[in-house]
Amino acid sequence: MKKVFAIEEFCLACHLCEYNCAFSHSGMKDMVKAYKSGFQPARIQVEESGEINFALNCRHCSDPVCMKACITGSISRGEDGVIRVDTNKCVGCWTCVMTCPYGAVVRGRGDRKVALKCDLCTESGNTPACVEGCPNRALVFEERGDD
Amino acid sequence: MGINYIQPGFIVLRDQNRCIRCRVCERQCSNEVHRYDEDDNIMLADESGCVDCQRCVSLCPTHALAITENPNHLRQNANWSNQLIYENYRQAESGGMLLSAMGNPLPFPVYWDKILLNASQVTNPSIDPLREPMETRVSLGSKPKRLEIENGILKTKLPVNLQLNVPIMFSAMSYGSISKNAHESLARAATELGTYYNTGEGGLHEDFYKYGSNTIVQVASGRFGVHSGYLMAGSAIEIKMGQGAKPGIGGHLPSGKVKEDVSRTRMIPMGSDAISPAPHHDIYSIEDLRQLVYSLKEATRYTKPVFVKIAAVHNVAAIASGIARSGADVIVIDGFRGGTGAAPTRIRDNVGIPIELALAAVDQRLRDEGIRNDVSVVVAGSIRCASDAVKAIALGADACYIGTAALLALGCHLCRDCHSGKCNWGIATQRPELVKRLNPEIGYKRLVNLVSAWDHEIKEMMGGMGINAIDSLRGNRLMLRGVGINEKELQILGIKHAGE
Repeated sequence: MKKVFAIEEFCLACHLCEYNCAFSHSGMKDMVKAYKSGFQPARIQVEESGEINFALNCRHCSDPVCMKACITGSISRGEDGVIRVDTNKCVGCWTCVMTCPYGAVVRGRGDRKVALKCDLCTESGNTPACVEGCPNRALVFEERGDD
Repeated sequence: MGINYIQPGFIVLRDQNRCIRCRVCERQCSNEVHRYDEDDNIMLADESGCVDCQRCVSLCPTHALAITENPNHLRQNANWSNQLIYENYRQAESGGMLLSAMGNPLPFPVYWDKILLNASQVTNPSIDPLREPMETRVSLGSKPKRLEIENGILKTKLPVNLQLNVPIMFSAMSYGSISKNAHESLARAATELGTYYNTGEGGLHEDFYKYGSNTIVQVASGRFGVHSGYLMAGSAIEIKMGQGAKPGIGGHLPSGKVKEDVSRTRMIPMGSDAISPAPHHDIYSIEDLRQLVYSLKEATRYTKPVFVKIAAVHNVAAIASGIARSGADVIVIDGFRGGTGAAPTRIRDNVGIPIELALAAVDQRLRDEGIRNDVSVVVAGSIRCASDAVKAIALGADACYIGTAALLALGCHLCRDCHSGKCNWGIATQRPELVKRLNPEIGYKRLVNLVSAWDHEIKEMMGGMGINAIDSLRGNRLMLRGVGINEKELQILGIKHAGE
């Protein structure tokens, strides 16, 4: 399946992917308005250490530990291979947050205390917002065979 | 620090209603203009380092930013401009020469903008390049005076020529003055376009030997990175005698830019200043130049055409005539508006002559002396668009070099701060965290787009004139008319005034 991959060599650590992710999942049409109504945390994070930086999001593992660990069965794999959280079922126990080896599951804020993770922007049907908005093509959305 | 004489040139206008505190501006500014205030959850700015490179504006996701001139002005004075006053303050403080980058920004006449092109009407048909073949290929180098053909077979041995698919090449910009990613973009674009890029005097990085069939290697007064492998690697060799932005002086790559890779490529110690002398110490006459031309030809077994590049200066026609007789295959003339990574301000802004006049004078002189076919003429020094290129070719050029326009395609915003080494666009810098901002994959494609777009426009303009091959446009000054220029200028340009 197609996934988001980071190209460390060209990541500027500008963090725009995070903002584009949060905006795209806000369901709002204007970024400023979305920010003012309270962004949920981005489902992609830029990891930085010295000169090395890259953006990391869910790897949609073939054997996802988050899914196994989920106490309510709210994490599932769709037919398209994408791992999603059913936020109606999620109770916010954060077991998935603790088990994910990549730190790719994040905690929702405010009245949505549920686990949030990358869904590859499948709801919008577009290229993932992080990839689309990356100013230096340091994120690519492509098929690279099984992991 | 006592009195602050020098005020920031620009100010940051931030629409706080639009700002989402994403801090992209702060992270992207190598001049540390923007900062985030946690106490008040607000973005602030200190403009003293701002160079108006527009990086923050271009990356701001909510268009909350604008950079504008500082409205603070010294008292108006038509003789003493604000800039002159500030420059004097700066020198009173530093005691040093002023440095500047990119081309001459002063309002000297741009003759391209005073020349108009012809088009066919009624009595001669124009040509539609979308429907009919149109030739913009150029071959650079010496052409034989006559061809001998025996029994239908060509007997004359043809001199080595470079074949260009488009009459545009990328001018010399050294690895050191610009980044490795910028060089890679230029090299890959030249390869895809079927044209050439020029190494500049910084040698050729080992990773780029594979682009040799689209590379012109430069030999300049510092001889940086020159060895037999380097000379053989390219398709042609360019001897740099002068540069339009700084005629009469050498170059200076500050030690800060001489990092490991640059040092290895240039064959100089790491962290040392790379100083190119003003003259070539072995060239004091045309005869000396001839020796170098033939040394290089000998060293490359006569397989590479040799270019000689000079700055456009007062006696350019006579100098070009000498170069044509030195055995060079191509003369490159660089006009006074040509770019640079760093030049003394006074030299950049006051030395040299416009490329339009230099080109017209050189082409005429070579034709008068019957030696025009011995050399090709390439012009550089602010060819800004396809119509500049068409006018240059009609004035007598074989092809054009573009430097600044190519950098614009790579993201340059002409902030003219190259000499600081802190280029926010990853072009004129060697700092790894800045270099990575220029992704060659994106850069080379943008260069290919730019030159392809120009090529379409050149064909369109040629078609309008009823010309279907660039060879028929070359030196065709009847296609040009001057507007708003005096008799002397028309005479030097060799063109008639509009209406004549």
